[in-house]
Amino acid sequence: MSKPTLATVWLDGCSGCHMSILDMDERLVELSEQFDLVYSPLVDYKEFPAHVDIALIEGSVSSDEDDRKIRLVRAHTRVLVSLGDCAVTGNVPAMRNPIPVPELLDSVYKGNGLLQEQVPTHCLPTLLPRVRPVHEVVNVDVFVPGCPPSADTIFTIISELLAGRVPDVAALSRFGA
Amino acid sequence: MSKTITIDPVTRIEGHAKITLQLDEQGEVSEAYFHVTQFRGFERICVGRPFYEMPYLMERICGICPVSHLLASAKACDALLAMKVPPSAGKLRRILNLAQLIQSHALSFFYLSSPDLLMGMDADPKERNLFGVMRKHPELGRGGIRLRQFGQQVIETLAGKRIHPAWVVPGGVNEPLTIEKRDKLLAQIPEVVAIAQKTLSWFKIEFETFREEIRTFANFPSLFMGLVTPDERAGYYEGKLRFTDSHGNIVADKLEAVNYPDYLGEAVEPFTFMKFPYYKPLGYPDGIYRVGPLARLNLVENCGTPLAQQEWVEFRALERGAVLSSFHYHYARLIEILFALEHIEEYLLDPIITKSHARYSASLNNLEGIGCCEAPRGTLIHHYRVDEQGLITWANLVIATGHNNLAMNRGLLQTARHFVRSEQLTEGMLNRVEAVIRAFDPCLSCSTHAYGQMPLQLRLISHQGKVLDEISRESFSGKHE
Ligand code: SF4
Repeated sequence: MSKPTLATVWLDGCSGCHMSILDMDERLVELSEQFDLVYSPLVDYKEFPAHVDIALIEGSVSSDEDDRKIRLVRAHTRVLVSLGDCAVTGNVPAMRNPIPVPELLDSVYKGNGLLQEQVPTHCLPTLLPRVRPVHEVVNVDVFVPGCPPSADTIFTIISELLAGRVPDVAALSRFGA
Repeated sequence: MSKTITIDPVTRIEGHAKITLQLDEQGEVSEAYFHVTQFRGFERICVGRPFYEMPYLMERICGICPVSHLLASAKACDALLAMKVPPSAGKLRRILNLAQLIQSHALSFFYLSSPDLLMGMDADPKERNLFGVMRKHPELGRGGIRLRQFGQQVIETLAGKRIHPAWVVPGGVNEPLTIEKRDKLLAQIPEVVAIAQKTLSWFKIEFETFREEIRTFANFPSLFMGLVTPDERAGYYEGKLRFTDSHGNIVADKLEAVNYPDYLGEAVEPFTFMKFPYYKPLGYPDGIYRVGPLARLNLVENCGTPLAQQEWVEFRALERGAVLSSFHYHYARLIEILFALEHIEEYLLDPIITKSHARYSASLNNLEGIGCCEAPRGTLIHHYRVDEQGLITWANLVIATGHNNLAMNRGLLQTARHFVRSEQLTEGMLNRVEAVIRAFDPCLSCSTHAYGQMPLQLRLISHQGKVLDEISRESFSGKHE
């Protein structure tokens, strides 16, 4: 039988949750014997496969692109994990929610002596009016809080899921950990 | 007939982006665009929040170099308090900064780029990743993991947490370093220095096989910018800014970071969320400059630690003036890892490092503060204004990767022109186009003050702007097998 497949997906996050995956150090390589990493910023597969057993999602849903991605990921994934506070609650990206998007973009790309001031739009995603946690858009199977969740936490979560068990997340991590 | 090629997503880079190449009627690449596709707007969301929150909010710009944002932000806050930090805290912050340089460079070199270097640009994409490296070159791969781990362990030992620690505070650091912890770190240094040296020896033989890439990976004259200390070393935590040209001549020197608006301008282009800083006296886009490891080694007159100094001399002998090929960012990164390891050892051996007084306090004294340091990818500036209550009223962040934006776009065009042939697009061609971007190690989360994933998409667009063909390596096509 072929190995279970794992994907890691990066929405609107700081990459810290992915770095925490790497913080497993050599344990990541050992653990990788038990799965195939079929989609991730770390590998060169450019397409999300048809069937993924476990997908770890970093970041919140902030643009039309994120929204499209997460729906596709959900449709092709068995166990979807919201990894980290941004995915679970919206966290830092959601801090922009009280500010209307046009005002937000203007404040960054206009004034302050900028040359060619303009809001970039060419070939770029559109920001959603409100940043949303992953579970507001699609069903989430496992929630792992932490900013980021520690490497030990991630190791336990992946090991448990690979063994077919549902990990006891509350015992491992908390918000802002 | 002219066409456009889009590479989407670009993988093994730190962020969300895609690349568009435009071909002319002869099928030659005429334009190349590097699109950074994520936006978060930290400069705006911080407004109204107390300044002392900034270090912990701003470090969440980026999970790869949180320490840089933590330090630049804390330094801007020190300026708001109008204070210096205790000598021990200054050294501890410097160690933290160097530890991050090590882990970030190790990530870039071993995890993201070594698959291209070890297996070749044309290797099977299935094998072209860290796990492939571990299977085929376990010793090198393990060494890379160990170097990154060491950097992260130093951060964890000092600051209590590997990613997003809260240890650096305006006025110093929260907790001094104990002798036991210091000794534990010191004991590991010989082992990691040996790994860094071994990797360098290997790389110096290996890079000979990348002649064509060296010649065409963003290899052009430009200015270089970075912090330099009074004793002519690269200043990672402090110093004044220097610009040099491609001959190695100093163009401007001893510039105070606080005066950055006098010499650094920023432009906006419609195709990317990342701004384009430029050197004001030369205007836009002629004021193109590069920052980061290559720039830092090009700017200084000596490296400063014994082993790294030898390597630096060899490095600078590659060319008569400055080393111009951005392929050599990789080389420079390895030398900086060695330098940082030696330098951390020097700091740890200084008895002051374990002094118990590591934090001063003061209240708000200035309504404007600027903090500057060298992040792994180059010069980082945080600039805040506050009201009398200490609430942020305005912020500007000039981010390391941003400085390289002009150079990355120009480099992309150079590499694509050389390698991409429209009549028969190959995987290896596209991978080289991505690899030139990887050489810069862009941190896109930082540069848009948001993180980006890089889709790589080649699109053929006619000169009237019509999409004729699309070869998309689109990450989320959700294709069924
Ligand atoms: S949860 Fe924290 S570490 Fe993870 S992406 Fe969000 S800000 Fe970064």
